[in-house]
Amino acid sequence: MNEAIHPPIDPNEGYVTEDGRRIGGVVMEMKHITLRFGGVEAIKDISFDIREGEIRAIIGPNGAGKSSMLNVISGFYNPQEGEVWYKGQIRKPMKPFQVARQGIARTFQNIALFEGMSVLDNVMTGRLNHMKASFLDQGFWWGKAQREEVENREKAEQIIDFLEIQAIRKTPVGRLPYGLKKRVELARALAAEPQILLLDEPMAGMNVEEKEDMSRFILDVNDEFGTTIVLIEHDMGVVMDLSDRVVVMDYGKKIGDGTPDEVRNNQEVIDAYLGVSHD
Amino acid sequence: MALATPPAGAPQSVPALLARNVAQFGSKPAYREKEFGIWQSWSWSEASEEIEALAMGFLALGLEKGDYLAIIGRNRPALYWSFVAAQKCGAIPVALYQDSPAEEMAYVLEHCGARFVVCGDQEQVDKVIEVQETVHGIDQIIYVDKRGMRKYDHTHMNAMEDVQSEGRAGHYRLEPIMREREAALGYDDTCVMLYTSGTTGKPKGVVLSNRNIIETAKNSSEFDHLDVHEEVLAYLPMAWVGDFIFSIGQAYWTGFCVNCPESPETMLTDLREIGPTYFFAPPRIFENMLTSVMIRMEDAGRFKRRMFHYFMDHAREVGPKMLDGESVGAMDRLKYALGNLMVFGPLKNTLGLSRVRVGYTAGEAIGPEIFDFYRSLGINLKQLYGQTEASVFITQQPDSEVRPDTVGVPSPGVELRIDENGEVYYRSPGVFVEYYKNAESTASTKDAEGWVATGDAGFIEPDTGHLRIIDRAKDVGKMADGSLFAPKYVENKLKFYPNILEAVVFGNGREMCTAFINIDLTAVGNWAERNNIAYSSYQELAGHPRVLETIQSHVEETNQSIAQDEMLSGCQIHRFLVLHKELDADDGELTRTRKVRRNIIAEKYSDLIDALYAGKTEQYTETEVTYEDGRKGKITATLELRDAKVVPTGAPAQVAAE
Repeated sequence: MNEAIHPPIDPNEGYVTEDGRRIGGVVMEMKHITLRFGGVEAIKDISFDIREGEIRAIIGPNGAGKSSMLNVISGFYNPQEGEVWYKGQIRKPMKPFQVARQGIARTFQNIALFEGMSVLDNVMTGRLNHMKASFLDQGFWWGKAQREEVENREKAEQIIDFLEIQAIRKTPVGRLPYGLKKRVELARALAAEPQILLLDEPMAGMNVEEKEDMSRFILDVNDEFGTTIVLIEHDMGVVMDLSDRVVVMDYGKKIGDGTPDEVRNNQEVIDAYLGVSHD
Repeated sequence: MALATPPAGAPQSVPALLARNVAQFGSKPAYREKEFGIWQSWSWSEASEEIEALAMGFLALGLEKGDYLAIIGRNRPALYWSFVAAQKCGAIPVALYQDSPAEEMAYVLEHCGARFVVCGDQEQVDKVIEVQETVHGIDQIIYVDKRGMRKYDHTHMNAMEDVQSEGRAGHYRLEPIMREREAALGYDDTCVMLYTSGTTGKPKGVVLSNRNIIETAKNSSEFDHLDVHEEVLAYLPMAWVGDFIFSIGQAYWTGFCVNCPESPETMLTDLREIGPTYFFAPPRIFENMLTSVMIRMEDAGRFKRRMFHYFMDHAREVGPKMLDGESVGAMDRLKYALGNLMVFGPLKNTLGLSRVRVGYTAGEAIGPEIFDFYRSLGINLKQLYGQTEASVFITQQPDSEVRPDTVGVPSPGVELRIDENGEVYYRSPGVFVEYYKNAESTASTKDAEGWVATGDAGFIEPDTGHLRIIDRAKDVGKMADGSLFAPKYVENKLKFYPNILEAVVFGNGREMCTAFINIDLTAVGNWAERNNIAYSSYQELAGHPRVLETIQSHVEETNQSIAQDEMLSGCQIHRFLVLHKELDADDGELTRTRKVRRNIIAEKYSDLIDALYAGKTEQYTETEVTYEDGRKGKITATLELRDAKVVPTGAPAQVAAE
């Protein structure tokens, strides 16, 4: 199942979607990735690509290896076998600070915010990689440090405005309801101005209205900033509506890859979701 | 009526006032808006430059003299500029309620024949595009916020920024045209057209002239000694005449600064940051603020709570007197000053009302205890009575003559008359020109001598000259036994209880009064929380037996208070129910300014009314609801109908229940 189901598009060229978004060439490619934890094979020989500006979903039943895949994409896990090609180069194992600086940001399945800090401060932490002033300058908040803070605050405020969280700007995150925390997490990820944004179950535990809001924000982010988005999601309706292409995983293997329609009609996918006996 | 003519050379239009302000207060802030977390400001000269660029941009797009330009969106400087820019082009601005459904918008846009529509953001643009399926007169759409607009068809659509750049680029060509149109504006030309909220039937377009607006702004500013140093927060709907008078009329007359909040949700924070000196809010806002203060005090520590109540008790006694300038003993003054230091000052600061010099409330009756609460804190809160047709002001309370039960004395320049049926009539320089394309309604509202019927029944207190309003004239009816039926009077008494958000009383032509009650989710929800009462929905809470008991006690107390007024004692409520859903403007049950639409409610819930009069104790009902996105759904409920004790008054038809 390494061949993509969709008709091949030249990896260096893009296309324009029905709703007028421009999808670029391949920005990241997974080639024959295998990831093991001791004796457990979490991911078995998976290959797929991510195009610039698209919304790429990874779906699959619980334990299919989706979150592990996301961690491979972000560079947090190093696969035992296979290659990750990112911006035309093979990506070597990285140190955490290198992971953070490669232009990939993410949100977490379980919210990982600083609960005691305000929304604004949380969003500002997303700007950390854009602050270059020396320790001394920052200590005295002088010269470059001051200029940088103003610039970064401005950027953070634009994102606060974009995600419509002005009213909670100064509220400690711990006091916010779940749906808003998720939005703050998205804000922090966006603050890093990533080229690729990884969303791990952005709608988990949300009610219908919160899901609608979040869907709109995901589409807006993709549309306004041209950010490539990779998302894991269980809500099939959301996935099929939002994404341009979908990778389906089951027991660490890729069982489908293509447009939502192609995936929906794929027998293996249907089996995995409805359940058939495994050999 | 003798028309006042301005002295030669005095500004005769809003654009002329703008020019005067640029000359007099050029560098003083005229507008502020919080954006990206910072208050951005524009001085009068900067605002004027923006407005002229916009006006010339409108001209470049082909805005003609006499065209109608509709404005839809939340309060933002750019939209206020659109009003004046339209006037500079000789066009007539029309403001629309931004939360009105597409069909209502379609009616107004069709009725005024708007050629240009200025929208705040994508949401409004979408509505206008929907409207364009049926209304074909719209030529150009201009939007302020660019977000999400990239993929729209821009053949007849422009971002305001681009319109302004075009105007700036073409100023050699366009400026003379603009100057010419601006100079042609006269005192009796139309300044603005505002649609009435439509408590009855379709909205009517009220045409207000420059004379109406400028004379009213001048008189009312002088009445309250407003000057160039005032700060106001513009947060009420721009389509409402009050906002037009405060944020454009008075602001341009006196040159004070208009502050626009960052978003509707941040209004209370922004209020606190700005600290307005001149503040208007409908009673609902004051109620909400008081409710939240009281809820937070309940949660405060015992020491704070006792301190709060100790000083508030004292303030209720002497605070209003001190505001009215009556004599108060030295000890009381000292105690009040101490209270101010420890409680009132910090509290006012938290509410953002520290600097309020003149505060007004209007639109609905305000509960006496709410009113007194703010006055006892030393906030000069007053009441006014007004209408779109009067350019707001009919009566208002002068400083030191403030009482919760009156609406004040006639505003400067206003004459009052009460006809034999008790209906209030007025005549003033602010009286509207006409209803647009509706000569019939104009004639039935305004007579040849310029007297306008308010539609409200009231009387003038002989000794003080203050006007008191009882109810809508057409709502005042007769019970079956011939006694007076004034539903609003009873509803207001009910609504003064924090637990009751809305009440609708029925009984015209019947032998007894009944009521629908809406609980206030904030207050009742908090009460439920403190009493460990679990509930999963509004409906469940509204039907909880203990909630019903509480409401019943409120109804019975109200009955006792009504019984004391001989004329109205027949209006006591015999039976009531608590509604399973909140009355909502989206369902047509309230007007956009949250006034009850009695007939629509009576029709929609006729099964419930019948059940109340049939003496049933339970009734199953299905109600259609409209969600925010316009979809419709249905909710079902079985409601408990209760009897309330009434006070016998010896009237023939009285039947004491239970």
